[in-house]
Amino acid sequence: MAFFLEALFGGLMAGMLYSLVALGFVLIFKASGVFNFAQGAMVLFAALAMARFSEWIPGWIGIESRFLANTIAFLLAAVLMYILAWLIERLVLRHLVNQEGVTLLMATLGITYFIDGFGQTIFGSEIYKIDVGMPKEPVFLFEGVFEGGVLINLEDVYAAIIAAFLVAGLSLFFQKTATGRALRAVADDHQAAQSIGIPLNKIWVIVWFVAGITALVAGIIWGSKLGVQFSLTTVALRALPVIILGGLTSVPGAIIGGLIIGVGEKLSEVYLGPLVGGGIEIWFAYVLALVFLLFRPQGLFGEKIIDRV
Amino acid sequence: MFYRENGQFKTTYRADQQIFPITQDRFAVLAIIAFAFFAVPMLADEYMFRAILIPFLILSLAALGVNILVGYCGQISLGSGAFMAVGAYMAYNTYVRIEGMPLIVALLSGGFFATAVGMFFGIPSLRVKGLYLAVATLAAQFFCDWAFSRIGWFTNNSSSGSVAVSNLQVLGWKIDTPIEKYLFCLGFLVVFGLLAKNLVRSAIGREWMAIRDMDVAAAVIGIRPVYAKLSAFAVSSFIVGVAGGLWAFVHLGSWEPAAFSIDRSFQLLFMVIIGGMGSIMGSFFGAAFIVVLPIFLNQFLPWAGELVGVTISTAAVAHTEFMIFGALIVWFLIAEPHGLAKLWSIAKQKLRIWPFPH
Repeated sequence: MAFFLEALFGGLMAGMLYSLVALGFVLIFKASGVFNFAQGAMVLFAALAMARFSEWIPGWIGIESRFLANTIAFLLAAVLMYILAWLIERLVLRHLVNQEGVTLLMATLGITYFIDGFGQTIFGSEIYKIDVGMPKEPVFLFEGVFEGGVLINLEDVYAAIIAAFLVAGLSLFFQKTATGRALRAVADDHQAAQSIGIPLNKIWVIVWFVAGITALVAGIIWGSKLGVQFSLTTVALRALPVIILGGLTSVPGAIIGGLIIGVGEKLSEVYLGPLVGGGIEIWFAYVLALVFLLFRPQGLFGEKIIDRV
Repeated sequence: MFYRENGQFKTTYRADQQIFPITQDRFAVLAIIAFAFFAVPMLADEYMFRAILIPFLILSLAALGVNILVGYCGQISLGSGAFMAVGAYMAYNTYVRIEGMPLIVALLSGGFFATAVGMFFGIPSLRVKGLYLAVATLAAQFFCDWAFSRIGWFTNNSSSGSVAVSNLQVLGWKIDTPIEKYLFCLGFLVVFGLLAKNLVRSAIGREWMAIRDMDVAAAVIGIRPVYAKLSAFAVSSFIVGVAGGLWAFVHLGSWEPAAFSIDRSFQLLFMVIIGGMGSIMGSFFGAAFIVVLPIFLNQFLPWAGELVGVTISTAAVAHTEFMIFGALIVWFLIAEPHGLAKLWSIAKQKLRIWPFPH
């Protein structure tokens, strides 16, 4: 039982991180209809910027405080993500309005290559550390209930809490602010939104920027867990089943889908893995999502797809 | 002036229905095939064969297969790398496990297994479409990656996980020099290219295109979506599987699952989009572009660096290559979203009315 709980908690924590990456996908897809494969590259780029800035800043302006350096690095990285969002809108999206989905998908793949190369050219391509003071040591819970207790990584708990706050903040932003309402209007209907005076181009920049911020947060959390390295880009591939499970257009779907996938992956790896030789978590999530799609093609919370001739 | 069909009157149905109805087209295609078979082996050197020509031939065969699925039937697939892997590994297994198995039969059997796997992973296409399907086909990619690296039977229990074939021969013709390999691949490409060209203008090809343009409307006029979609998956994965077998047997010689990773799937999809969706010719253009571009950048960047007096390290070259490749892809999609094949048809149209464009 303790073992099961451990796996379950591990899965939930991992799932929270998946939903963070998935959220970036969903935001962009909702607002601009672009299936953004570059999300993984953005995670790597943001994490690289954060890691290198926090390393360089003490040298540049001569401050010692770790906290201050990290804060400035975070802000600088956020500015960088804004510039990136602006450039993508200006140079790519604007010219590809009304193209087919697959063309846009390929364009984001092109962006992926570009960001990967660019990030590693300016920030270097080794493994870097991000140290934002996340506790590393594991703790034991429920020691009175089970023998030996349940082992939990404090780092994961912190990460999950940060992710939960970000998600809550984003939901508030979408529901309560004028910009958030404009974003939802654009997501519902491009033409109608434009006809009542919402500037599409500006909205796209904002939404790519918000996706960039989620990428930055995801990058910091994953980066402090695993180190900032090229393999961070594969996080995006791990998050894809999450969005088809949750529905491409649904924010709550991304979160609940993330939790389901995280738990499913962990439990399958622990209980099914040994039977077939291990390493199944990478495809199990996809197969889970696939089986699900056969019964509900629009995902858990996606809008119902209606075809008309 | 020289390229027009005026005066070429068709007097029989046979003449009206041939693959290339315009005489000039027919001669041009024959000339290109003859050039590829006879002139290229004399002109190219070994590096050309190994680095450019053989990869180009095999990848354009694979792109052809992907184009049938993506371009003609409209089902976006990111699992093509997996179907190539199935073709390669199953061809290997039939070739190694059955004594005296002829090479061509082994490659074709790899194609048949790829067909089966492709149809299985094509089943979701009956329920989901578009980008959802693209993500669903990734399941095939990751599952095959896992299966070929973890299940020992596929690799004949080789301890390193990589497998190799040697002594390729067809009916006593030993294929070991680059020229022979080139001719062998070219033979496959010509046969499959003509078959595909013929297939897409037949009844089934028209069904695929109807499904692509609007599947509900196609179903209303009596096209069975199940049959049309799954047949597109079948034909496409057969061709892709054979290409995978060729890639492994002829180009690589010894290989491991990483040769057919998700990057390969993306690469094939790039070829189709850049070449032109729904165009046989486009598959060749796209393959040529994607094969040649990295090689060109790799040679050109250090040279350009020297020209302005900077030595570029290998890592920097690799990263700059990434950047330029990505930027070019984006630029290309913006400049010509319908691919190189569209430019080709514009050129043909211009030629047709030249020198009196009005």
